Amino acid sequence: MNLKIYLGMLRRTEVTLAESFVEVAEGHGEEPDVYFLCLTLARQCLTHQEKLEAVVGRYGEEASDSEPERLHAAGLSQTRSGPVGLLRDLQDLYLLASFVDITWTMVKQAASALRDEELLAVVAECDSQTSTQLKWLQTRMKQAAPQALVAAGE
Amino acid sequence: MADRIADIWGSRTPYGRGGLWPVRVDQALDGGLQEADIDRWVQSACVLCSNGCACDIAVKDGAMVGIRGRAGDLVNHGRLGPKGLFASWQGVSHQDRLTRPMIREHGQLVECSWDTAMGRIVARSQELLRTKGPLSHGFYTSGQLFLEEYYALAVIGKAGIGTPHMDGNTRLCTATAAAALKESFGADGQPGAYEDIDHCDAIFLYGHNMAETQTVLWSRVLDRIAGPDRPKIVCMDPRDTEVARYADVHLALRPGTNLALMHALVREVLQNGWEDSAYLSDHTLGLEDLRKAVEPWTPEAAAETCGVAAADIREAARIFGTSARVLSTVLQGFYQSSQATASACQVNNLHLLRGMLGRPGCGLLQMNGQPTAQNNRECGADGDLPGFRNWENEDHINELAKLWNVDPAIIPHWAPPTHALQIFRYAEQGSIEFLWVSATNPAVSMPQLPRIREILARPELFLVVQDLYLTETAQAADVVLPAAGWGEKAGTFTNADRTVHLSDKAVEPPGEARPDLDIFLDYSRRMDFSTQDGAPLLPWTGPEEAFEAWKECSRGRPCDYSGISYEKLRGGSGIPWPCNDDYPDGRVRLYNDGVFPTDPGYCESYGHDLLTGASIPPTEYKAAAPAGRAFLRSAEYTPPHEEPDQEFPLRYSTGRTAYHFHTRTKTGRSKPLTAAAPKAWVEMAPADCEELGISEGDLVRVSSRRGSIEVPVRVSGIRPGSVFAPFHYGYWDAGGVPGEHPTAANELTLTEWDPVSKQPVFKNAAVRVERIGGATGPAPAPTTTASRPAGATNVPATRGGPDAEASELLAAAAPPQFPGAVNSAGGRS
Repeated sequence: MNLKIYLGMLRRTEVTLAESFVEVAEGHGEEPDVYFLCLTLARQCLTHQEKLEAVVGRYGEEASDSEPERLHAAGLSQTRSGPVGLLRDLQDLYLLASFVDITWTMVKQAASALRDEELLAVVAECDSQTSTQLKWLQTRMKQAAPQALVAAGE
Repeated sequence: MADRIADIWGSRTPYGRGGLWPVRVDQALDGGLQEADIDRWVQSACVLCSNGCACDIAVKDGAMVGIRGRAGDLVNHGRLGPKGLFASWQGVSHQDRLTRPMIREHGQLVECSWDTAMGRIVARSQELLRTKGPLSHGFYTSGQLFLEEYYALAVIGKAGIGTPHMDGNTRLCTATAAAALKESFGADGQPGAYEDIDHCDAIFLYGHNMAETQTVLWSRVLDRIAGPDRPKIVCMDPRDTEVARYADVHLALRPGTNLALMHALVREVLQNGWEDSAYLSDHTLGLEDLRKAVEPWTPEAAAETCGVAAADIREAARIFGTSARVLSTVLQGFYQSSQATASACQVNNLHLLRGMLGRPGCGLLQMNGQPTAQNNRECGADGDLPGFRNWENEDHINELAKLWNVDPAIIPHWAPPTHALQIFRYAEQGSIEFLWVSATNPAVSMPQLPRIREILARPELFLVVQDLYLTETAQAADVVLPAAGWGEKAGTFTNADRTVHLSDKAVEPPGEARPDLDIFLDYSRRMDFSTQDGAPLLPWTGPEEAFEAWKECSRGRPCDYSGISYEKLRGGSGIPWPCNDDYPDGRVRLYNDGVFPTDPGYCESYGHDLLTGASIPPTEYKAAAPAGRAFLRSAEYTPPHEEPDQEFPLRYSTGRTAYHFHTRTKTGRSKPLTAAAPKAWVEMAPADCEELGISEGDLVRVSSRRGSIEVPVRVSGIRPGSVFAPFHYGYWDAGGVPGEHPTAANELTLTEWDPVSKQPVFKNAAVRVERIGGATGPAPAPTTTASRPAGATNVPATRGGPDAEASELLAAAAPPQFPGAVNSAGGRS
């Protein structure tokens, strides 16, 4: 069953997202809300990864499929600085979290078809948190964008 | 005569449940003066806490010489607290007052004319608007101006300049009250009334040291306690406050763990079936999510996290769950701690669970810290839109644009208004270059002061400060504007239970000082802010015209003032809004019908995720179809972000004392008040003191990762492991700078805020304490308050002496009652 490809992908990207949240927290320690919330959200991602573990036990997990990776969800290895840098970093997190979010949606589709209640429960809990992560990123970016793009020094 | 420093709450006038709180008229006059010497009495209300006690100012020979409480007012029934009795007038009539504008020349502040000062402001403002645009401008105002002044400032900022960067130090004192009310009920607006004290069977005080922050309200509680059927008292506070001493249950919880305790209380109510199922299904949304959120929080689990006894949690929940009428009051112990909005919402949830809203005695008071904080929230000079309008609702923006006759595009509504700490961050980064501070003192009141001082001192930042005195903040200004104070100008303001009072002008301001309203109107004129037709944006000539304009802005909104007028406010009691055709004399309680302002077209906010502060998208809010139902919102508990460790092993919190207000700009200039609490101190528990070899009065250095203070220790009844510092003590009376022994509590605090209300977290930081010197006497902390020494000591009792004498006239009149106490004449238009 190819579901294992998606489960593997999901586990890996949750870890990548967690690492990226930590990276952004540390790179933007001067913004206390970004710092503390990114650390909280990193912990959420790791919890998602753990919750998937039980399910992976049943379906297996594939490190890669035969399809070549075209778009790399590689995560942030380094942060930028300044108001525009913060915006760009949050935007990168948004892209990565969107990738996680849509992957959860696809796993949910499969779980529904399999009538796998356990997996559906994991999806319900984790995906609603991922969706809130996206909402927070959007809220914070919308707040930061006008000042960064219009008023901040070049 | 009573010594009202020694006896903060005055004589008892006991009464029973359902009875009327007896009248006691408190009066203080300048030494030697008798009532017969007074030329005239001028109606006002006190601006030294959020209680809003009505008073009359005594005037003799053109000067304020005393004060008395107004017997016929629903708020205070004639009483005044120590700050009202002494600092209200003494704190304004002082030789230190600013009397002329000042500008910075070659690094020094020098006096100048109004024309020069305003000219300099306008030149900088216009230049920045031309070269950088409106986002270069920020305004940081107060919780101490009048309604008319906030409204003028809000219109200038939102329709004249078009900047989202407007906030007040209401962010520091009351933002969570507003946020929690919006999250639960759809809009700001205090559900309960002070009168609920008269009817309740139990009072819960959540992080609210009412005995010191609202002394007259506490007198009302004390009179119920002294009466025939005293209400049960439940207190959540890590300190041994006066409230705790009367408590049936005192939950002295670990700072930073409020939400865990609240989860346990909610869980117990649900587990025992004490909820009102019919009310919940008719009037609320979200019960299942709430159940899930609190499920892990057994009394034992919360006891472990919060450091209190599980039995006490059970008993507190039992009192809440089984009393017929419960009154809840919430303040800074919740608002300035971690997960502030989520914790305050759980208090709302407890009341919703039991359907206890809008009925006598079933009150919910999400309190305010400052006297006029409510008006800043209503008028929108603080990060809200005027009239509790929703920045995400295009119709609301269009209403404002029509009212002001401006292009809707100028009103910033593309993102939430910028909160105070973010404004300072933008100033730090240089994208805000013009900052106008009115009637507040961030150089002492903001967290992490070393950083705030650096920001204020930035040469690139053009700083305007408008105040009564040369505060620590004013010393850093480029332009200082001398403002008229309380009693020197007219205006209205609204207290924490929605009661609107008029404060009339009693005397002339000193020198060239001007009312804040006049200063804002002058700026608007000079900037040529205009409507789409080219008429002046602010055509008002005085406060009454501004009030009439505000009435139109508030019409039809929850805070409807359309039925109030200056005439209606004169003579009678203050009036609780809404006051309109439906409620011609105002409305004591909201939500007795269980209908909440959550309709998507009417609500002030679409709400947030309480853990992260993520905005709930409008479509999602509408899909929930609230239809007048309230939201049971919650969040998972997360531990505070700075926990004690080896290097900084103690938990630090800051707060207030009964004798001072804010940064002492007024109370520090009143002799009896400043004598009662002259200098800074910290409070520590006997066990911690013993371990560190510290005795009463020893000098210690308290350090955090941000800075340090050096002050004497009061060995008090605080929870072991905790250190408390009063936040009032800056440097204006100690050379202006921190010097050798810094004293401001905020040297140590953390820059962090609640994700929803954006209120700073003042009540949780990790610190270490070292003894650096022996005592020269007891710590300069009052013995009459939470800072009372632990155990038997030889610390002399705090007394006021002749300067603190005030008279108490008992049963001077029949107790006022709603609506008879309200002036029925005038008002409607």
